[in-house]
Amino acid sequence: MKPVRIPDMTVTLAGIPLRNPVMTASGTFGYGEEFAGYVDLESIGAMVTKGLSLKPRAGNPTPRIVETPGGMLNAIGLQNVGIEAFVTKKVPYLRGIDTPVIANFFGNTIDEYAEMAMRLDEIPEVAGLEVNISCPNVKHGGIVFGTDPGSAASVVTACRAATRKPLMVKLSPNVTDVVVMAKACEDAGADALSLINTLTGMAIDLVRRRPVLANITGGFSGPAIKPIALRMVWQVAKAVKVPIVGIGGIMNAVDALEFMLAGATAIQVGTASFINPGASQKIAEDMQEWLVEHDIDDVKTLIGALET
Amino acid sequence: MQFTSLIISNIEVSPGYWRMRMTAPQDFASAEPGQFVMVRVTGAIDPLLRRPFGIFDVGTYLPAQSGAVAQPYLEMLYRVVGKGTALLSTLHETDLLDLLGPLGKGFDLGTPGEEKLIVGGGVGLAPLYLLAKELVKNSKVRLFAGGRTRDDILCITEFERLGVECYTATEDGSLGECGLVTEALWRRLDQLQGGASVYACGPHGMLNAVAGIAAARGIPCQVSLEGYMACGVGACLGCVAPGHSHSQETPDFRCVCTEGPVFDAGELKWRD
Repeated sequence: MKPVRIPDMTVTLAGIPLRNPVMTASGTFGYGEEFAGYVDLESIGAMVTKGLSLKPRAGNPTPRIVETPGGMLNAIGLQNVGIEAFVTKKVPYLRGIDTPVIANFFGNTIDEYAEMAMRLDEIPEVAGLEVNISCPNVKHGGIVFGTDPGSAASVVTACRAATRKPLMVKLSPNVTDVVVMAKACEDAGADALSLINTLTGMAIDLVRRRPVLANITGGFSGPAIKPIALRMVWQVAKAVKVPIVGIGGIMNAVDALEFMLAGATAIQVGTASFINPGASQKIAEDMQEWLVEHDIDDVKTLIGALET
Repeated sequence: MQFTSLIISNIEVSPGYWRMRMTAPQDFASAEPGQFVMVRVTGAIDPLLRRPFGIFDVGTYLPAQSGAVAQPYLEMLYRVVGKGTALLSTLHETDLLDLLGPLGKGFDLGTPGEEKLIVGGGVGLAPLYLLAKELVKNSKVRLFAGGRTRDDILCITEFERLGVECYTATEDGSLGECGLVTEALWRRLDQLQGGASVYACGPHGMLNAVAGIAAARGIPCQVSLEGYMACGVGACLGCVAPGHSHSQETPDFRCVCTEGPVFDAGELKWRD
């Protein structure tokens, strides 16, 4: 019998070494601590925080969440503790965890984005930054910058000048051509691109003749969006040189590995963590098992290895 | 904790309302009244999200055969309202479910000896049975149960067996008084000698009224809220409720799943 070789699961994302390609998606994993009872936080590749802003944000009125077949809509509205409370209340816990922390952040203006990048740059526990230019649920910040290549480039240029840490930009799928957005961000200095954020959607209560969400529209996520996400990752991977983080409906190891074939260096687990708080760890373990079964000794060999 | 549970029984106790008993881990016996579980009703992706249910009861079940090992169980009382609960009602004994729990912050049992007034609307009775079971150990307990019709008044016999004095009110008068259960609560408070505290779970309008009554009488009141939630562990921020000082400028949203579902009524913002 052939001895089982333990496959190499490590990848490097814009200079950040990850023990495996599994990250947690912003807004689905709190600030890490919430999941400590369900996940060994040192078993996953990286954690991405809830989107942070200069000031705490209240978020949208309720209902903020509704389930749809194979997915869910959310319109949280970027509720977060703000950067001050992040530093004083959340970072001390993260300091003790040997897993890279990526801070997701946003601003209402380009100056606010740059100030956030500068503030996050000063926090040693933050390994990298993820710029959110793609939240569909707020009027200012987020999607305003994420649907116009010129605005996106301005945000990325300003953030690039404000930090030396790896800078990743999270792209919106709510555009005609995601490749145009991806190239604009790459040219402006992004070290990596993560995609996709949620798709704008809505749900209606027929009897009440009203939208279900207080915000009327919300961001659609979950397994139902995976084919769209895979297609976009594949398109962007062919067009840019920077590494890509695949996001969108990843529920299991097979989904995750498909994203790697399409060109992702790492992946983020989002909605799946709501259903199974231990999903990220399980996916990382199952990916390794899949590689063993298929006699693949390095997960990196799958990146962009799709045969067309 | 996350665990797999085996259904022991699943019975329709009133039209549209079901009571499910299922196995629980040993530690579950220490669940607090008011805590809840998140149940995955299917392994498939539709319905996708877990469903939150109040814990109706916990106990130990001893199978009839000799030498059998005592098995801790939990019970849920639920109403069929949509796809998830409809699916749940089709399950049978020995079917398996994936659960998270016990989750959230439960009821504070208050001062022993003082009268306890429990107010439940419809399926809002679900987390109040375990509460009553604890409270009767030290206090006189009265239950005020309300609903639209008599079909919405659940498990009153179980409460009576605990020694709880029960008052019922229905909007159509088909059981107990005709009208709102809060009227019966007012009357009892008028007769009250000495301290008391109020516990409530039910539709938001009822909680709003109960919180107002308790505040007017200066009586401590705890309410258990419902919320649309995806995760149950404080991450999705879907289930928040506005705290008493909440405004757009000074946000004060509380997570129903981790800071609740039980709150002191004074912590929350109510309609006047």
